[in-house]
Amino acid sequence: MRFWIAGTFAALALASLWLPQWMLFIMTVAIARGLVVLGLLLLLRAGLVSFGQALYYCIGAYSAGALGRFFGISDIFLEMLAGAVLAGATAFVLGFLLARYRGIFFGLLSLALSMILYGLLVKTEALGSTDGFNIARSTLFGARPDEDWVRYAVLVASAAVAALAALLVHRYLQTPLGRLAPAIKDNEIRVEYMGASARQAVHVKYVIAATLAGVGGALAATTVGHIDPEMAYWTSSGEFIFIAILAGTGNVLAPFAGALVYGAIHTMAYDLSPNTWQMSLGVSLLLLIVFLPEGLFGRLRFR
Amino acid sequence: MTAVLDAKGLCKSFGAVTAAAEVSAAIEKDSVVGLIGTNGAGKTTFINMVTGYLKPDRGEIRYEGRDITRLPPREITRLGICRSFQIPQLYGSLSVFDNMLVGLGIVLRNAGLAGYFSRGNVWDTRAVPGFERPAHEVAEHLLARFGLLADRARNAQVLPGGARKLLDIALTMAAKPRVLLLDEPTSGVSAAEKFGIMQMVLDGARAEGATVLFVEHDMEVVSRFAQRVLAFYDGRIIADAAPQAALQDPQVKRYVVGNRA
Repeated sequence: MRFWIAGTFAALALASLWLPQWMLFIMTVAIARGLVVLGLLLLLRAGLVSFGQALYYCIGAYSAGALGRFFGISDIFLEMLAGAVLAGATAFVLGFLLARYRGIFFGLLSLALSMILYGLLVKTEALGSTDGFNIARSTLFGARPDEDWVRYAVLVASAAVAALAALLVHRYLQTPLGRLAPAIKDNEIRVEYMGASARQAVHVKYVIAATLAGVGGALAATTVGHIDPEMAYWTSSGEFIFIAILAGTGNVLAPFAGALVYGAIHTMAYDLSPNTWQMSLGVSLLLLIVFLPEGLFGRLRFR
Repeated sequence: MTAVLDAKGLCKSFGAVTAAAEVSAAIEKDSVVGLIGTNGAGKTTFINMVTGYLKPDRGEIRYEGRDITRLPPREITRLGICRSFQIPQLYGSLSVFDNMLVGLGIVLRNAGLAGYFSRGNVWDTRAVPGFERPAHEVAEHLLARFGLLADRARNAQVLPGGARKLLDIALTMAAKPRVLLLDEPTSGVSAAEKFGIMQMVLDGARAEGATVLFVEHDMEVVSRFAQRVLAFYDGRIIADAAPQAALQDPQVKRYVVGNRA
Protein backbone atom coordinates (compact mmCIF):
# COMPACT_ATOMS: atom_id res chain seq x y z
CA MET A 1 0.00 0.00 0.00
CA ARG A 2 2.86 2.39 0.80
CA PHE A 3 4.18 1.80 -2.67
CA TRP A 4 0.77 2.48 -4.19
CA ILE A 5 0.32 5.73 -2.30
CA ALA A 6 3.76 7.11 -3.11
CA GLY A 7 3.56 5.82 -6.68
CA THR A 8 0.13 7.27 -7.38
CA PHE A 9 0.99 10.76 -6.25
CA ALA A 10 4.42 10.70 -7.90
CA ALA A 11 2.81 9.60 -11.18
CA LEU A 12 0.20 12.33 -10.80
CA ALA A 13 2.86 15.00 -10.31
CA LEU A 14 4.86 13.72 -13.26
CA ALA A 15 1.89 13.36 -15.64
CA SER A 16 0.81 16.89 -14.80
CA LEU A 17 3.83 18.24 -16.66
CA TRP A 18 1.86 17.63 -19.86
CA LEU A 19 -1.54 18.79 -18.64
CA PRO A 20 -3.15 22.17 -19.43
CA GLN A 21 -3.41 24.82 -16.70
CA TRP A 22 -7.16 24.38 -16.16
CA MET A 23 -6.69 20.69 -15.47
CA LEU A 24 -3.94 21.40 -12.96
CA PHE A 25 -6.41 23.64 -11.19
CA ILE A 26 -9.10 20.95 -11.11
CA MET A 27 -6.62 18.39 -9.84
CA THR A 28 -5.29 20.60 -7.05
CA VAL A 29 -8.80 21.41 -5.89
CA ALA A 30 -9.54 17.66 -5.98
CA ILE A 31 -6.53 16.99 -3.74
CA ALA A 32 -7.74 19.68 -1.33
CA ARG A 33 -11.20 18.10 -1.17
CA GLY A 34 -9.62 14.64 -1.00
CA LEU A 35 -7.78 15.64 2.19
CA VAL A 36 -11.06 16.64 3.82
CA VAL A 37 -12.71 13.39 2.72
CA LEU A 38 -9.71 11.40 4.00
CA GLY A 39 -10.55 12.76 7.44
CA LEU A 40 -14.22 11.97 6.88
CA LEU A 41 -13.21 8.38 6.09
CA LEU A 42 -11.84 7.98 9.62
CA LEU A 43 -15.12 9.16 11.12
CA LEU A 44 -17.29 7.15 8.72
CA ARG A 45 -15.43 3.96 9.56
CA ALA A 46 -16.35 4.55 13.19
CA GLY A 47 -19.98 4.99 12.10
CA LEU A 48 -20.02 8.78 12.48
CA VAL A 49 -21.32 11.02 9.71
CA SER A 50 -20.14 14.58 10.14
CA PHE A 51 -22.33 17.07 8.30
CA GLY A 52 -19.95 19.79 9.39
CA GLN A 53 -16.46 19.17 8.01
CA ALA A 54 -16.86 22.48 6.18
CA LEU A 55 -16.24 24.12 9.56
CA TYR A 56 -12.62 22.98 9.51
CA TYR A 57 -12.28 23.41 5.76
CA CYS A 58 -13.28 27.04 6.25
CA ILE A 59 -11.06 27.53 9.30
CA GLY A 60 -8.14 26.21 7.26
CA ALA A 61 -8.95 28.56 4.39
CA TYR A 62 -9.30 31.63 6.62
CA SER A 63 -6.09 30.71 8.51
CA ALA A 64 -4.25 30.74 5.19
CA GLY A 65 -5.99 33.96 4.20
CA ALA A 66 -5.22 35.64 7.52
CA LEU A 67 -1.52 34.79 7.17
CA GLY A 68 -1.40 36.73 3.92
CA ARG A 69 -3.75 39.54 4.91
CA PHE A 70 -2.25 40.33 8.30
CA PHE A 71 1.33 39.03 8.15
CA GLY A 72 2.14 39.13 4.45
CA ILE A 73 3.00 35.42 4.40
CA SER A 74 2.06 33.47 1.28
CA ASP A 75 4.18 30.32 1.65
CA ILE A 76 1.96 27.37 0.76
CA PHE A 77 3.45 25.08 3.41
CA LEU A 78 3.09 27.65 6.18
CA GLU A 79 -0.50 28.24 5.05
CA MET A 80 -1.29 24.55 5.26
CA LEU A 81 0.45 24.29 8.62
CA ALA A 82 -1.56 27.22 9.99
CA GLY A 83 -4.78 25.66 8.68
CA ALA A 84 -3.92 22.31 10.25
CA VAL A 85 -3.01 23.79 13.64
CA LEU A 86 -6.03 26.08 13.94
CA ALA A 87 -8.51 23.47 12.73
CA GLY A 88 -6.96 20.78 14.93
CA ALA A 89 -6.98 23.03 18.02
CA THR A 90 -10.62 24.01 17.42
CA ALA A 91 -11.57 20.35 17.02
CA PHE A 92 -9.71 19.44 20.19
CA VAL A 93 -11.89 21.85 22.17
CA LEU A 94 -15.19 21.08 20.38
CA GLY A 95 -14.36 17.37 20.51
CA PHE A 96 -15.05 17.25 24.24
CA LEU A 97 -18.67 18.01 23.35
CA LEU A 98 -19.02 16.12 20.07
CA ALA A 99 -17.35 12.87 21.15
CA ARG A 100 -20.29 12.31 23.49
CA TYR A 101 -22.78 12.05 20.64
CA ARG A 102 -23.49 9.41 18.00
CA GLY A 103 -25.68 9.04 14.95
CA ILE A 104 -27.97 11.87 13.92
CA PHE A 105 -27.06 13.94 17.01
CA PHE A 106 -23.38 13.94 16.07
CA GLY A 107 -24.26 14.82 12.48
CA LEU A 108 -26.58 17.70 13.25
CA LEU A 109 -24.42 19.11 16.02
CA SER A 110 -21.44 19.24 13.67
CA LEU A 111 -23.64 20.90 11.06
CA ALA A 112 -24.84 23.48 13.58
CA LEU A 113 -21.26 24.36 14.55
CA SER A 114 -20.25 24.95 10.94
CA MET A 115 -23.28 27.18 10.41
CA ILE A 116 -22.28 29.22 13.48
CA LEU A 117 -18.93 29.93 11.85
CA TYR A 118 -20.75 30.84 8.63
CA GLY A 119 -22.93 33.27 10.56
CA LEU A 120 -19.93 34.84 12.31
CA LEU A 121 -17.94 35.29 9.09
CA VAL A 122 -20.88 36.87 7.26
CA LYS A 123 -21.03 39.53 10.00
CA THR A 124 -17.27 40.14 10.23
CA GLU A 125 -16.28 43.21 8.19
CA ALA A 126 -12.57 42.79 8.91
CA LEU A 127 -12.63 39.48 7.01
CA GLY A 128 -14.64 40.79 4.10
CA SER A 129 -18.10 39.75 5.29
CA THR A 130 -20.09 37.87 2.60
CA ASP A 131 -17.57 38.85 -0.12
CA GLY A 132 -14.58 37.28 1.61
CA PHE A 133 -11.21 38.38 0.28
CA ASN A 134 -8.48 37.48 -2.18
CA ILE A 135 -5.28 35.63 -1.36
CA ALA A 136 -1.92 36.41 -2.91
CA ARG A 137 -0.35 33.84 -5.22
CA SER A 138 1.49 31.07 -3.37
CA THR A 139 5.22 30.97 -2.80
CA LEU A 140 7.23 27.85 -1.92
CA PHE A 141 9.95 28.13 0.72
CA GLY A 142 10.16 31.85 -0.01
CA ALA A 143 10.62 31.35 -3.76
CA ARG A 144 8.06 32.77 -6.16
CA PRO A 145 7.67 30.40 -9.12
CA ASP A 146 7.46 31.77 -12.60
CA GLU A 147 3.91 32.74 -13.71
CA ASP A 148 3.49 29.68 -15.92
CA TRP A 149 4.73 27.32 -13.24
CA VAL A 150 2.76 28.44 -10.19
CA ARG A 151 -0.09 26.01 -10.74
CA TYR A 152 2.29 23.14 -11.36
CA ALA A 153 4.39 23.94 -8.30
CA VAL A 154 1.26 24.13 -6.14
CA LEU A 155 0.07 20.80 -7.52
CA VAL A 156 3.37 19.08 -6.77
CA ALA A 157 3.45 20.53 -3.26
CA SER A 158 -0.12 19.44 -2.58
CA ALA A 159 0.52 15.97 -4.03
CA ALA A 160 3.45 15.59 -1.66
CA VAL A 161 1.38 16.69 1.33
CA ALA A 162 -1.53 14.44 0.28
CA ALA A 163 0.82 11.46 -0.12
CA LEU A 164 2.21 12.07 3.36
CA ALA A 165 -1.31 12.41 4.81
CA ALA A 166 -2.49 9.22 3.09
CA LEU A 167 0.55 7.30 4.35
CA LEU A 168 0.04 8.49 7.91
CA VAL A 169 -3.68 7.71 7.89
CA HIS A 170 -3.03 4.28 6.36
CA ARG A 171 -0.53 3.56 9.10
CA TYR A 172 -2.84 4.92 11.77
CA LEU A 173 -5.62 2.58 10.61
CA GLN A 174 -3.36 -0.37 11.44
CA THR A 175 -2.60 0.73 14.99
CA PRO A 176 -4.65 -0.57 17.91
CA LEU A 177 -6.37 2.82 18.16
CA GLY A 178 -7.07 2.95 14.43
CA ARG A 179 -8.49 -0.56 14.47
CA LEU A 180 -11.01 0.52 17.07
CA ALA A 181 -12.99 2.39 14.39
CA PRO A 182 -15.13 -0.52 13.11
CA ALA A 183 -15.34 -1.86 16.66
CA ILE A 184 -16.90 1.41 17.82
CA LYS A 185 -19.32 1.27 14.91
CA ASP A 186 -20.26 -2.33 15.75
CA ASN A 187 -20.42 -2.46 19.51
CA GLU A 188 -19.40 0.26 21.95
CA ILE A 189 -20.38 -1.84 24.95
CA ARG A 190 -17.77 -4.42 24.03
CA VAL A 191 -15.17 -1.69 23.45
CA GLU A 192 -15.74 -0.38 26.98
CA TYR A 193 -15.71 -3.90 28.42
CA MET A 194 -12.35 -4.62 26.79
CA GLY A 195 -11.01 -1.62 28.70
CA ALA A 196 -10.98 1.17 26.11
CA SER A 197 -12.74 4.51 26.03
CA ALA A 198 -14.85 4.84 22.89
CA ARG A 199 -15.28 8.54 23.58
CA GLN A 200 -11.54 9.14 23.70
CA ALA A 201 -11.03 7.18 20.48
CA VAL A 202 -13.74 9.22 18.73
CA HIS A 203 -12.16 12.43 20.02
CA VAL A 204 -8.79 11.49 18.54
CA LYS A 205 -10.37 10.63 15.19
CA TYR A 206 -12.34 13.89 15.21
CA VAL A 207 -9.17 15.94 15.75
CA ILE A 208 -7.28 14.08 13.00
CA ALA A 209 -10.22 14.58 10.60
CA ALA A 210 -10.38 18.29 11.41
CA THR A 211 -6.63 18.72 10.95
CA LEU A 212 -6.84 17.14 7.50
CA ALA A 213 -9.82 19.36 6.63
CA GLY A 214 -7.80 22.39 7.76
CA VAL A 215 -4.94 21.46 5.43
CA GLY A 216 -7.44 20.92 2.61
CA GLY A 217 -9.08 24.29 3.25
CA ALA A 218 -5.76 26.15 3.23
CA LEU A 219 -4.79 24.41 0.01
CA ALA A 220 -8.12 25.23 -1.64
CA ALA A 221 -7.78 28.86 -0.55
CA THR A 222 -4.36 29.36 -2.05
CA THR A 223 -5.31 27.48 -5.23
CA VAL A 224 -8.54 29.35 -5.89
CA GLY A 225 -7.05 32.65 -4.71
CA HIS A 226 -10.26 33.72 -3.02
CA ILE A 227 -12.12 32.74 0.13
CA ASP A 228 -15.60 33.54 1.37
CA PRO A 229 -17.99 32.30 4.09
CA GLU A 230 -19.66 29.89 1.64
CA MET A 231 -16.81 27.50 2.45
CA ALA A 232 -18.43 26.91 5.85
CA TYR A 233 -21.97 26.61 4.45
CA TRP A 234 -23.70 23.26 4.90
CA THR A 235 -23.79 22.53 1.18
CA SER A 236 -20.01 22.52 1.31
CA SER A 237 -20.10 19.79 4.00
CA GLY A 238 -22.60 17.96 1.80
CA GLU A 239 -20.10 17.95 -1.05
CA PHE A 240 -17.56 16.14 1.12
CA ILE A 241 -20.08 13.50 2.13
CA PHE A 242 -21.08 13.15 -1.51
CA ILE A 243 -17.47 12.46 -2.42
CA ALA A 244 -17.07 9.99 0.44
CA ILE A 245 -20.12 8.02 -0.74
CA LEU A 246 -18.99 8.26 -4.35
CA ALA A 247 -15.50 7.01 -3.54
CA GLY A 248 -16.12 4.56 -0.71
CA THR A 249 -14.11 4.26 2.48
CA GLY A 250 -12.24 1.03 1.72
CA ASN A 251 -8.78 2.54 1.29
CA VAL A 252 -6.94 5.84 1.73
CA LEU A 253 -6.56 6.56 -1.99
CA ALA A 254 -10.32 6.41 -2.61
CA PRO A 255 -11.02 9.93 -1.24
CA PHE A 256 -8.62 11.51 -3.73
CA ALA A 257 -9.83 9.47 -6.68
CA GLY A 258 -13.39 10.24 -5.63
CA ALA A 259 -12.71 13.96 -5.42
CA LEU A 260 -11.25 13.88 -8.92
CA VAL A 261 -14.29 12.06 -10.32
CA TYR A 262 -16.55 14.49 -8.48
CA GLY A 263 -14.65 17.41 -10.03
CA ALA A 264 -15.03 15.84 -13.46
CA ILE A 265 -18.78 15.18 -13.06
CA HIS A 266 -19.26 18.68 -11.68
CA THR A 267 -17.35 20.32 -14.56
CA MET A 268 -19.05 18.26 -17.26
CA ALA A 269 -22.50 18.66 -15.79
CA TYR A 270 -22.02 22.40 -15.59
CA ASP A 271 -20.78 22.46 -19.16
CA LEU A 272 -23.70 20.41 -20.52
CA SER A 273 -26.53 22.03 -18.58
CA PRO A 274 -25.52 25.13 -16.62
CA ASN A 275 -28.98 25.53 -15.10
CA THR A 276 -29.62 21.97 -13.97
CA TRP A 277 -26.14 20.68 -13.12
CA GLN A 278 -27.24 19.71 -9.61
CA MET A 279 -29.67 17.27 -11.21
CA SER A 280 -26.82 15.43 -12.94
CA LEU A 281 -24.99 15.14 -9.63
CA GLY A 282 -28.14 13.84 -7.98
CA VAL A 283 -28.74 11.23 -10.66
CA SER A 284 -25.16 10.00 -10.52
CA LEU A 285 -25.38 9.68 -6.72
CA LEU A 286 -28.62 7.77 -7.07
CA LEU A 287 -27.14 5.34 -9.59
CA LEU A 288 -24.13 4.85 -7.37
CA ILE A 289 -26.09 4.07 -4.22
CA VAL A 290 -28.19 1.53 -6.10
CA PHE A 291 -25.46 -0.20 -8.11
CA LEU A 292 -22.23 0.41 -6.17
CA PRO A 293 -23.11 0.86 -2.51
CA GLU A 294 -19.47 0.50 -1.50
CA GLY A 295 -18.45 3.36 -3.75
CA LEU A 296 -16.38 3.49 -6.92
CA PHE A 297 -13.12 2.61 -5.21
CA GLY A 298 -14.25 1.17 -1.89
CA ARG A 299 -13.70 -2.43 -2.92
CA LEU A 300 -10.17 -1.97 -4.18
CA ARG A 301 -7.53 -3.56 -1.98
CA PHE A 302 -3.87 -2.81 -2.41
CA ARG A 303 -1.11 -5.16 -1.44
CA MET B 1 -7.93 -17.61 51.76
CA THR B 2 -8.25 -13.93 51.04
CA ALA B 3 -11.24 -12.25 49.44
CA VAL B 4 -10.32 -10.94 46.01
CA LEU B 5 -13.74 -9.39 45.55
CA ASP B 6 -15.75 -8.06 48.47
CA ALA B 7 -19.27 -6.66 48.06
CA LYS B 8 -20.93 -5.13 51.10
CA GLY B 9 -24.58 -4.11 51.47
CA LEU B 10 -25.30 -3.47 47.80
CA CYS B 11 -28.70 -1.94 47.14
CA LYS B 12 -30.21 -1.08 43.81
CA SER B 13 -33.76 -0.37 42.81
CA PHE B 14 -35.38 0.57 39.53
CA GLY B 15 -38.46 2.51 40.55
CA ALA B 16 -40.57 0.14 42.61
CA VAL B 17 -38.52 -2.91 41.62
CA THR B 18 -35.78 -3.88 44.04
CA ALA B 19 -33.01 -5.59 42.09
CA ALA B 20 -30.57 -5.75 45.00
CA ALA B 21 -31.36 -5.48 48.70
CA GLU B 22 -28.34 -5.59 50.98
CA VAL B 23 -26.37 -8.01 48.83
CA SER B 24 -23.07 -8.93 50.44
CA ALA B 25 -20.58 -11.54 49.27
CA ALA B 26 -16.87 -12.06 49.69
CA ILE B 27 -15.31 -14.05 46.84
CA GLU B 28 -12.13 -15.95 47.59
CA LYS B 29 -9.20 -15.97 45.23
CA ASP B 30 -9.08 -18.88 42.74
CA SER B 31 -12.60 -20.03 43.64
CA VAL B 32 -15.35 -20.98 41.19
CA VAL B 33 -18.68 -19.53 42.26
CA GLY B 34 -22.07 -20.27 40.71
CA LEU B 35 -24.83 -17.65 40.86
CA ILE B 36 -28.30 -19.17 40.68
CA GLY B 37 -31.82 -17.83 40.88
CA THR B 38 -34.92 -17.30 38.77
CA ASN B 39 -35.13 -14.54 36.18
CA GLY B 40 -35.29 -11.18 37.90
CA ALA B 41 -33.71 -12.50 41.10
CA GLY B 42 -30.77 -10.09 40.85
CA LYS B 43 -27.91 -12.17 39.46
CA THR B 44 -27.18 -10.03 36.43
CA THR B 45 -27.74 -6.86 38.46
CA PHE B 46 -25.00 -8.10 40.79
CA ILE B 47 -22.64 -8.65 37.83
CA ASN B 48 -23.60 -5.29 36.37
CA MET B 49 -22.78 -3.55 39.63
CA VAL B 50 -19.45 -5.33 40.06
CA THR B 51 -18.40 -4.43 36.50
CA GLY B 52 -19.52 -0.82 36.71
CA TYR B 53 -22.43 -0.91 34.27
CA LEU B 54 -24.79 -0.03 37.12
CA LYS B 55 -23.91 2.10 40.12
CA PRO B 56 -25.39 0.73 43.36
CA ASP B 57 -27.67 3.08 45.31
CA ARG B 58 -25.84 2.08 48.47
CA GLY B 59 -23.04 -0.25 49.51
CA GLU B 60 -19.50 -0.71 48.29
CA ILE B 61 -17.46 -3.13 46.22
CA ARG B 62 -13.79 -3.72 46.92
CA TYR B 63 -11.36 -5.47 44.62
CA GLU B 64 -8.15 -6.54 46.35
CA GLY B 65 -8.92 -3.99 49.01
CA ARG B 66 -9.50 -1.15 46.57
CA ASP B 67 -12.88 0.60 46.34
CA ILE B 68 -14.16 0.19 42.78
CA THR B 69 -17.81 1.08 43.41
CA ARG B 70 -17.90 4.24 41.29
CA LEU B 71 -15.44 3.32 38.56
CA PRO B 72 -16.60 3.12 34.91
CA PRO B 73 -16.57 -0.32 33.18
CA ARG B 74 -13.35 0.30 31.23
CA GLU B 75 -11.38 1.10 34.39
CA ILE B 76 -12.75 -1.94 36.19
CA THR B 77 -11.83 -4.07 33.15
CA ARG B 78 -8.32 -2.62 33.21
CA LEU B 79 -7.98 -3.73 36.82
CA GLY B 80 -8.67 -7.31 35.73
CA ILE B 81 -12.40 -7.77 36.37
CA CYS B 82 -13.75 -8.90 33.01
CA ARG B 83 -17.15 -10.15 31.94
CA SER B 84 -18.88 -12.06 29.21
CA PHE B 85 -22.49 -11.41 28.25
CA GLN B 86 -25.68 -13.40 28.20
CA ILE B 87 -26.28 -12.03 24.72
CA PRO B 88 -22.82 -12.14 23.08
CA GLN B 89 -21.35 -8.68 22.53
CA LEU B 90 -19.17 -8.98 19.45
CA TYR B 91 -17.90 -6.80 16.64
CA GLY B 92 -20.36 -8.17 14.10
CA SER B 93 -18.85 -6.79 10.91
CA LEU B 94 -15.34 -8.03 11.73
CA SER B 95 -13.92 -11.51 11.26
CA VAL B 96 -13.49 -13.76 14.27
CA PHE B 97 -9.73 -13.20 14.13
CA ASP B 98 -10.10 -9.41 13.90
CA ASN B 99 -12.46 -9.47 16.88
CA MET B 100 -9.62 -10.95 18.89
CA LEU B 101 -7.05 -8.59 17.43
CA VAL B 102 -9.09 -5.48 18.27
CA GLY B 103 -9.44 -6.79 21.81
CA LEU B 104 -5.72 -7.50 22.14
CA GLY B 105 -4.94 -4.06 20.73
CA ILE B 106 -6.86 -2.50 23.60
CA VAL B 107 -5.00 -4.63 26.11
CA LEU B 108 -1.73 -3.58 24.51
CA ARG B 109 -2.65 0.10 24.68
CA ASN B 110 -3.71 -0.18 28.28
CA ALA B 111 -0.38 -1.77 29.13
CA GLY B 112 1.17 1.41 27.73
CA LEU B 113 2.94 -0.56 25.03
CA ALA B 114 1.15 0.44 21.84
CA GLY B 115 2.50 3.51 20.16
CA TYR B 116 0.28 5.17 17.61
CA PHE B 117 2.42 3.56 14.96
CA SER B 118 2.62 -0.07 15.94
CA ARG B 119 1.29 -2.00 12.98
CA GLY B 120 -1.22 -4.58 11.88
CA ASN B 121 -0.56 -8.18 12.71
CA VAL B 122 2.90 -7.55 14.06
CA TRP B 123 1.71 -5.93 17.28
CA ASP B 124 4.11 -7.13 19.86
CA THR B 125 2.28 -8.23 22.98
CA ARG B 126 5.29 -10.11 24.31
CA ALA B 127 6.11 -7.34 26.76
CA VAL B 128 2.62 -7.49 28.31
CA PRO B 129 2.90 -9.53 31.51
CA GLY B 130 1.53 -13.00 30.90
CA PHE B 131 1.44 -12.99 27.12
CA GLU B 132 4.95 -14.00 26.02
CA ARG B 133 3.99 -14.00 22.35
CA PRO B 134 2.92 -11.59 19.61
CA ALA B 135 -0.73 -10.61 19.27
CA HIS B 136 -1.65 -12.85 16.35
CA GLU B 137 -0.30 -15.90 18.17
CA VAL B 138 -2.19 -15.01 21.33
CA ALA B 139 -5.34 -14.64 19.21
CA GLU B 140 -4.78 -18.01 17.54
CA HIS B 141 -4.04 -19.64 20.86
CA LEU B 142 -7.28 -18.38 22.42
CA LEU B 143 -9.33 -19.27 19.35
CA ALA B 144 -7.84 -22.75 19.34
CA ARG B 145 -8.67 -23.19 23.01
CA PHE B 146 -12.32 -22.41 22.30
CA GLY B 147 -12.45 -24.45 19.11
CA LEU B 148 -12.92 -21.40 16.89
CA LEU B 149 -9.75 -21.54 14.82
CA ALA B 150 -11.56 -23.00 11.80
CA ASP B 151 -13.95 -20.03 11.87
CA ARG B 152 -11.23 -17.41 12.10
CA ALA B 153 -12.00 -15.78 8.75
CA ARG B 154 -15.79 -15.79 9.14
CA ASN B 155 -17.72 -12.70 10.11
CA ALA B 156 -18.77 -12.74 13.74
CA GLN B 157 -22.40 -12.02 12.91
CA VAL B 158 -22.84 -15.13 10.78
CA LEU B 159 -21.56 -17.53 13.45
CA PRO B 160 -24.03 -19.98 15.01
CA GLY B 161 -25.22 -19.20 18.54
CA GLY B 162 -22.85 -21.49 20.40
CA ALA B 163 -19.81 -20.19 18.56
CA ARG B 164 -20.88 -16.58 19.20
CA LYS B 165 -21.05 -17.41 22.88
CA LEU B 166 -17.56 -18.91 22.82
CA LEU B 167 -16.13 -15.96 20.92
CA ASP B 168 -17.65 -13.63 23.50
CA ILE B 169 -15.87 -15.60 26.23
CA ALA B 170 -12.62 -15.78 24.22
CA LEU B 171 -12.72 -11.98 23.85
CA THR B 172 -13.21 -11.64 27.59
CA MET B 173 -10.23 -13.94 28.15
CA ALA B 174 -8.11 -11.75 25.87
CA ALA B 175 -8.48 -8.92 28.38
CA LYS B 176 -6.41 -10.95 30.88
CA PRO B 177 -9.05 -11.41 33.58
CA ARG B 178 -8.11 -12.01 37.17
CA VAL B 179 -11.77 -12.16 38.07
CA LEU B 180 -13.95 -13.59 35.33
CA LEU B 181 -17.71 -13.00 35.42
CA LEU B 182 -19.70 -15.16 33.03
CA ASP B 183 -23.34 -14.27 32.47
CA GLU B 184 -25.06 -17.52 31.48
CA PRO B 185 -22.15 -19.01 29.53
CA THR B 186 -24.21 -22.05 28.49
CA SER B 187 -27.56 -20.47 27.67
CA GLY B 188 -28.55 -21.07 24.08
CA VAL B 189 -26.10 -23.95 23.88
CA SER B 190 -27.35 -27.49 23.33
CA ALA B 191 -27.53 -29.70 26.41
CA ALA B 192 -24.89 -32.02 24.96
CA GLU B 193 -22.37 -29.19 24.64
CA LYS B 194 -22.90 -27.53 28.02
CA PHE B 195 -20.42 -29.57 30.03
CA GLY B 196 -17.78 -29.38 27.35
CA ILE B 197 -18.04 -25.61 27.14
CA MET B 198 -17.91 -25.12 30.90
CA GLN B 199 -14.89 -27.42 31.10
CA MET B 200 -13.17 -25.45 28.33
CA VAL B 201 -13.88 -22.11 30.00
CA LEU B 202 -12.81 -23.23 33.45
CA ASP B 203 -9.63 -24.85 32.14
CA GLY B 204 -8.85 -21.56 30.41
CA ALA B 205 -9.56 -19.55 33.53
CA ARG B 206 -7.42 -21.87 35.64
CA ALA B 207 -4.55 -21.56 33.17
CA GLU B 208 -4.77 -17.78 33.53
CA GLY B 209 -5.15 -17.98 37.30
CA ALA B 210 -8.54 -16.28 37.24
CA THR B 211 -11.25 -16.42 39.86
CA VAL B 212 -14.60 -17.30 38.25
CA LEU B 213 -18.19 -16.28 38.93
CA PHE B 214 -20.82 -17.71 36.61
CA VAL B 215 -24.57 -17.32 36.29
CA GLU B 216 -26.26 -20.61 35.49
CA HIS B 217 -29.75 -22.09 35.31
CA ASP B 218 -28.80 -25.72 34.80
CA MET B 219 -28.35 -27.21 38.28
CA GLU B 220 -26.36 -30.15 36.91
CA VAL B 221 -23.80 -27.73 35.55
CA VAL B 222 -23.77 -25.84 38.83
CA SER B 223 -23.29 -28.88 41.03
CA ARG B 224 -20.58 -30.24 38.77
CA PHE B 225 -18.45 -27.11 38.33
CA ALA B 226 -19.13 -24.68 41.18
CA GLN B 227 -17.22 -24.89 44.44
CA ARG B 228 -19.66 -22.50 46.04
CA VAL B 229 -23.16 -21.34 45.21
CA LEU B 230 -24.84 -17.99 45.79
CA ALA B 231 -28.62 -18.34 45.44
CA PHE B 232 -30.51 -15.15 44.63
CA TYR B 233 -34.17 -14.48 45.23
CA ASP B 234 -35.96 -11.14 45.05
CA GLY B 235 -32.74 -9.13 45.15
CA ARG B 236 -31.31 -10.96 48.14
CA ILE B 237 -28.87 -13.81 48.63
CA ILE B 238 -30.90 -16.56 50.29
CA ALA B 239 -28.17 -19.19 50.39
CA ASP B 240 -24.39 -19.14 50.29
CA ALA B 241 -22.85 -22.60 50.59
CA ALA B 242 -21.19 -25.49 48.79
CA PRO B 243 -23.36 -26.75 45.87
CA GLN B 244 -24.78 -29.86 47.55
CA ALA B 245 -25.72 -27.99 50.72
CA ALA B 246 -27.10 -25.01 48.84
CA LEU B 247 -29.23 -27.09 46.49
CA GLN B 248 -30.71 -28.97 49.47
CA ASP B 249 -31.59 -25.72 51.27
CA PRO B 250 -35.40 -25.60 51.62
CA GLN B 251 -35.62 -21.96 50.55
CA VAL B 252 -33.49 -22.64 47.49
CA LYS B 253 -35.60 -25.68 46.67
CA ARG B 254 -38.73 -23.62 46.93
CA TYR B 255 -37.67 -20.39 45.20
CA VAL B 256 -34.89 -21.41 42.84
CA VAL B 257 -34.91 -25.05 41.89
CA GLY B 258 -38.67 -25.12 41.83
CA ASN B 259 -39.59 -28.52 43.23
CA ARG B 260 -41.51 -28.10 46.49
CA ALA B 261 -40.13 -31.20 48.14
